[in-house]
Amino acid sequence: MTMDPTFRGIAAPLMRINVDTDAIIPSREMKRVSKTGLSEGLFANWRYLDPGAREPNPDFILNQAPFDRASILLAGKNFGCGSSREHAVWALKEWGIRAVIAASFGSIFASNCLNNGVLPVRLDEDTVETIAADVMEDPLANQVTVDLEKRRIVSGDRVWEFDIGERERQMLLRGLSPIAMTLQSDDRISKFEADDTRRRPWAVL
Amino acid sequence: MNGQTIIDKLWNAHRVMKIGDESDLLYIDRIFLHERTGSIALQSLEHAGFDVRRPSRVFATMDHIVDTTPGRTDRTRVPNGAEFIRATRESVHAAGITLFDIGDPRQGIVHVVSPELGIALPGLTLVCPDSHTGTIGGLGALAWGIGSTDAEHALATQTLIVRRPRQMRVRFDGSLRPGVTAKDLILHLIGRHGAGGGAGSAIEFAGEAVRELPVEGRLTLCNMAVEFGAWTGVVAPDDSTIEYVRGRPYAPEDAAWDSAVAAWRTLSSDETAHFHAEIAVEVGGLGPQVSWGTSLQHIAATDGVVPSPDEAADRHAKEAMQRALQYMDLQPGQALSALPIAAAFIGSCTNARLSDLREAAAVLKGRKVSSDVRALCVPGSSTVKRAAEAEGLDAVFREAGFEWRESGCSLCFYAGGEGFSPGDRVISSTNRNFEGRQGPGTRTHLASPATVAASAVLGRIGSAGELS
Ligand code: SF4
Repeated sequence: MTMDPTFRGIAAPLMRINVDTDAIIPSREMKRVSKTGLSEGLFANWRYLDPGAREPNPDFILNQAPFDRASILLAGKNFGCGSSREHAVWALKEWGIRAVIAASFGSIFASNCLNNGVLPVRLDEDTVETIAADVMEDPLANQVTVDLEKRRIVSGDRVWEFDIGERERQMLLRGLSPIAMTLQSDDRISKFEADDTRRRPWAVL
Repeated sequence: MNGQTIIDKLWNAHRVMKIGDESDLLYIDRIFLHERTGSIALQSLEHAGFDVRRPSRVFATMDHIVDTTPGRTDRTRVPNGAEFIRATRESVHAAGITLFDIGDPRQGIVHVVSPELGIALPGLTLVCPDSHTGTIGGLGALAWGIGSTDAEHALATQTLIVRRPRQMRVRFDGSLRPGVTAKDLILHLIGRHGAGGGAGSAIEFAGEAVRELPVEGRLTLCNMAVEFGAWTGVVAPDDSTIEYVRGRPYAPEDAAWDSAVAAWRTLSSDETAHFHAEIAVEVGGLGPQVSWGTSLQHIAATDGVVPSPDEAADRHAKEAMQRALQYMDLQPGQALSALPIAAAFIGSCTNARLSDLREAAAVLKGRKVSSDVRALCVPGSSTVKRAAEAEGLDAVFREAGFEWRESGCSLCFYAGGEGFSPGDRVISSTNRNFEGRQGPGTRTHLASPATVAASAVLGRIGSAGELS
């Protein structure tokens, strides 16, 4: 799943803390054995006044122009905690989110993002707040640039660097299949298995 | 030189190779799948043209979507649920994976089934596309929840690339008072240090109170490590772990058993081991705990009061408390014991093992559920259900006024099928009190099985101690 080395977009602040994956996509919205068709269910409990009738809640940020075209989500800490459902990332991505910026993430959610070409960016809480405040002043003028090449976030004339593992960065930039990459070391895995069968016979099934 | 933690020992025994500076390729001993996420992973793997590398090390169960009413079939109230069930059945059969299907005596909730069958063992690595997989750390295994794509990776390569975690030790000092359980311990910890307190760490739970916990209690403790924001939790195996594992259907035998026990005896943190963070909690005076809000950090004693948002640590926590008060229809200062409940639920991978059912039945024996309370018990596995019935626990539950169900996740989470009603206040032995978790608008209060049983009888939140 490739990601553009750099892109600029509208950022939507959703600064609640501990937003769990049930909130990102309620379980009942995962209707098919499928990774697609999920964006309608994104934040369904908050986004709709009546999730059944799909009546939009005008107070919810992603229903408000121009945030309805956001490609970046600014979030409160521990975003994506809770259930491991990768559907949360599939729904965000299908809706149009390409990066989420928060002080911290649920750890399974962060891995799921990387596996799907959505960038989880960790910045400290005050920084996320600052970006959110700028965005709220003028979301169009204060669009945010995500620069994966240089590992930095740019908003106006301010620049913040973020951390990402080199392997993850390359995976995102080059769209490599993690399975194919690992299977290049198949001989190492087979050797481990052979040694392990001798070392831990009790662990083998 | 620093010694090794139990986490280092587990980690190093599974390291195939280094990946960059921060990660390792770890060998995965066991993979478990369930019908909610398993079929997506298997289908997408097949689509990409990869085989399952070691099908004999992979297991699947039906738990999340299956109906739990007696006489069940593939039909379920979850929208398109039967599609998930059939897709799972087909894809695991095609891959040669052992399935604990509806009607199989071994069927049950994944994190209950894997230890009780001896598929999970101390010293192993185990993953499952489910966030509560860390439960298995209670045996002294390294187990964690993953997403679908990582599940595909594990199935195809029997390995995962994992970043070496920050390590934390949480010590529970002192002995628990009678009637105070592992559930109360973990709720108290999260209430005190926050839902993000675990900071993505691998946590060793240690200390006198943990040593004194039966193995099933340690599973409960580790089950909720993820609600503390941890990557996973682990408890060092000891004599009680070894006795727990001995003779289970998939446990090693004879010479393999002896070498297993010898290996398990080495699984504890060295005296000189270094953790990035240590927390000590004195628990001798702890009483039964209950959640009041919609985050796991919203915890109080059953005889306590709803706190005020003014006590919050920061603005965000304050806003979250305000939203929780509104969702839960509560006022600061209200006594939790004054809150009438509409329903009581005993079930889930947290607290539906045999010891949990015994604990609840001991409270219910000779008592009746309050007339305006709907009460259900859903055993954690079909094995637990049979064992409970053999002891007559089902009769205790039924006579008290509880429904007695087939095993599955059931009302632990709402997936568009069965749920509690909007506004219902539910006391529940489960692990998540998020908005809408047990039904749209449903208000969940988490507690131990004994507290759930006592509250069902009282018709309001209350502890077992109030009944005697
Ligand atoms: S019982 Fe609840 S928490 Fe446990 S695996 Fe099932 S749905 Fe998840």
